[in-house]
Amino acid sequence: MLDLDPVLLARIQFAMTIGFHFIFPPLTIGLAWMLVIMEGLGWKKKNEIYTAIGKFFGKILGLIFAVGVATGIVMEFQFGTNWAEYSKYVGDIFGAPLAAEGIFAFFLESTFLGLYIFGRERVSKGVHWFSIFMVAVGSTISAFWILVANSWMQTPAGFIIQNGRAELTDFWAAVFNPSMVVRFFHTFLASLVAGAFFMAGVASYLILKKKESETAKKALSFSVVFGLIAAILLVFPSGHEHGKQVAHTQPEKFAAIQGLYTTQTGAPIAIFAVPFDNPPTLKAPIEIPGLLSWLAFGDVNAKVKGINEFPREEIPSLFLTFVSYHNMVLLGMYFIFLMSIASYLLYRKKLFDSKKILKILVWSIPLPLIATQLGWIAAEIGRQPWIVYKLMKTKDAVSITVGSGELLFSIILFFIIYLMLGSIFLFLLIRKIKQGPEPIKDKEAIA
Amino acid sequence: MIDLNLIWFLLVGVLIIGYAILDGFDLGVGVIQLFTKDENERRVNVNAIGPVWDGNEVWLLTAGGALFAAFPPVYATVFSGFYLAFMLLLTALVFRAVSFEFRKYSESPKAKKRWDMAFALGSFVPALLYGVAIGNILRGLPIEIIDGKIVSSISFLGLLNSYSLLIGTLSLVLFTMHGAIYMTLKSTGSQLNKMVDWANKTWIAAVILYFISTIATFFEAGYLFYGMLKNPLFWLLFILMFAGMIYIPIGLKAKKFGWTFLSSSVMIAMMIGLMALSLFPRLVPSNIDMERFSLTIYNASSTPRTLETMLIIALIGMPVVIGYTIFIYRVFRGKVIITKDSY
Repeated sequence: MLDLDPVLLARIQFAMTIGFHFIFPPLTIGLAWMLVIMEGLGWKKKNEIYTAIGKFFGKILGLIFAVGVATGIVMEFQFGTNWAEYSKYVGDIFGAPLAAEGIFAFFLESTFLGLYIFGRERVSKGVHWFSIFMVAVGSTISAFWILVANSWMQTPAGFIIQNGRAELTDFWAAVFNPSMVVRFFHTFLASLVAGAFFMAGVASYLILKKKESETAKKALSFSVVFGLIAAILLVFPSGHEHGKQVAHTQPEKFAAIQGLYTTQTGAPIAIFAVPFDNPPTLKAPIEIPGLLSWLAFGDVNAKVKGINEFPREEIPSLFLTFVSYHNMVLLGMYFIFLMSIASYLLYRKKLFDSKKILKILVWSIPLPLIATQLGWIAAEIGRQPWIVYKLMKTKDAVSITVGSGELLFSIILFFIIYLMLGSIFLFLLIRKIKQGPEPIKDKEAIA
Repeated sequence: MIDLNLIWFLLVGVLIIGYAILDGFDLGVGVIQLFTKDENERRVNVNAIGPVWDGNEVWLLTAGGALFAAFPPVYATVFSGFYLAFMLLLTALVFRAVSFEFRKYSESPKAKKRWDMAFALGSFVPALLYGVAIGNILRGLPIEIIDGKIVSSISFLGLLNSYSLLIGTLSLVLFTMHGAIYMTLKSTGSQLNKMVDWANKTWIAAVILYFISTIATFFEAGYLFYGMLKNPLFWLLFILMFAGMIYIPIGLKAKKFGWTFLSSSVMIAMMIGLMALSLFPRLVPSNIDMERFSLTIYNASSTPRTLETMLIIALIGMPVVIGYTIFIYRVFRGKVIITKDSY
């Protein structure tokens, strides 16, 4: 009926639905862990300011979580609807982490979020604190299992090909496949950075607008220091280790994201360049000699494989991988830079008065979320043309019974739905932020 | 003979029953919301399920995950086969999931009402579609195995046959009844009286529809009855189902709402149990050739190693889940109290 490539359509749909979904879980994880600390301090120190932070950001967490859940439902079933051949071929391995995520994570975070939001007046302070702790643990376990599944697609292990499908031979080898641990820590730290930037930005806004400044100042002080530590760990050791792992396990992807198009010893790192796919070239590169060899293999003279080593049909888009990866790294550096300045000003007791930095913090709220999207694009496009690295090609994975017309329809449907949800979410979120936290005195009257 | 495949058939069944009982009532409350004019009553409805609906829905996600892990070809064939119906279901569930928080943070009564409608329609559509899906599976799907590949070509309009719509109506009415009975535990005053009335009326409708559906099934999918009357397990499930069914109006009259809710849960659980028993060992029957092409728990399963690993995960995880679920329901037991944290 329609002359559109169903594989491309299925990929667009998956990229769109997961891209939109992936805005929310990192914020949930980051905010939840920060709230564990805030609510814990409020409970143990009987400090109303910490509790006010908990109440205010707890409500926002509820809103973020709801959109995360709504868009997550789609993901749980999309492997079956859109990627039926994939599901049949690797289901013996890939289904288990999804089921484990449901059993160990979704129940935990969903059930205890209800208690956290509605139970403040119904249960003891200790149980209430425990509920946000379980939300944080649950959302982190969720990240763990979904990244087990994702990492297995990048660096599959613990299986054999038998009876026309991939069959599990070693569960723990499949779970702790070569890229699992580094990917988990990298994503987890990125989530903490996202949460820290969110809280810091919102608190800065409240200080600028002079709304409940005591509460906002406490939230800002905490989130700036928290954000600095998380951002440093995110780049080093986490980002560095992740890069080394890619160099060792997926050399094509490493060459593509780094823009190394010919194999060389003492390979340089390209800090800036404009990449072209055909023929593979970097225009206007700024390079530091030997650094890539050193970062990847710990030796400035080490040989690093370039794109020329691999068959043309087995390399990903050079432009997309290079650009997304480099911008992610750039943002990572920026996170450390900004949080360092903010922390220094905090130490010098000047942060709350420096309007410029407060404004920059407000506008930096979305940047960690953009960085996670870019990292995701680099990782997933970098794996192409494979859906499971060296095992199954993306073009062989789609549902054969679903036609282009149906795919186009559902892409448009979800595009409209997500556009609506996204706009309403932003509208409600911004209004909620503008209202600011409840005044402290009011709180004591209720308690 | 108990093997891993049978255990996983039972476990997926337990997850589906858990979903039907738990999310069943909050889908039902959503259907009632569609017909509730009074804003205060609507607010009580939303808050009656507010703290628990999300946990309830996880039973669906976990059932989906378990189906993927234990029976990948079934997950792949049914979900891609029901493509457009599934997109409709997901749309409904997406709007439903955001409706609670979006209602809470909307300020105008008009906006609140809009999200109440999203919740209501987002509950109505799934409650109907689950039955339609079950109806189609019971009739059998056009599944063939060509060159070792499972091929199924199901059209969206083909799913809307009269038998499946009948089963869809039954599931809609059953969930509504279940939701009304749940609301008898949560509401007070005139709303409580209305809910008792809803429960009684939907009970009558459910009984009639169940009777008609049974006869229709005899003609549409007669194979399901084969050997049933001689099976003692059938009689056990049937008697429990019947006891649950009979007690509902009695319990409502005696104002024993807790027991009534238990009976409607038993009734729904046993209906699903009876269906599973008559399908066994098939998961998705083929209406092209029942013997050769049906997907069963043996020809459509994962390897024993995966089933065993998953069993260990389920045995560790599910008791903990059930434990804290009971705890949460105890915390929020009793009538709805509207506080400033409410939706």
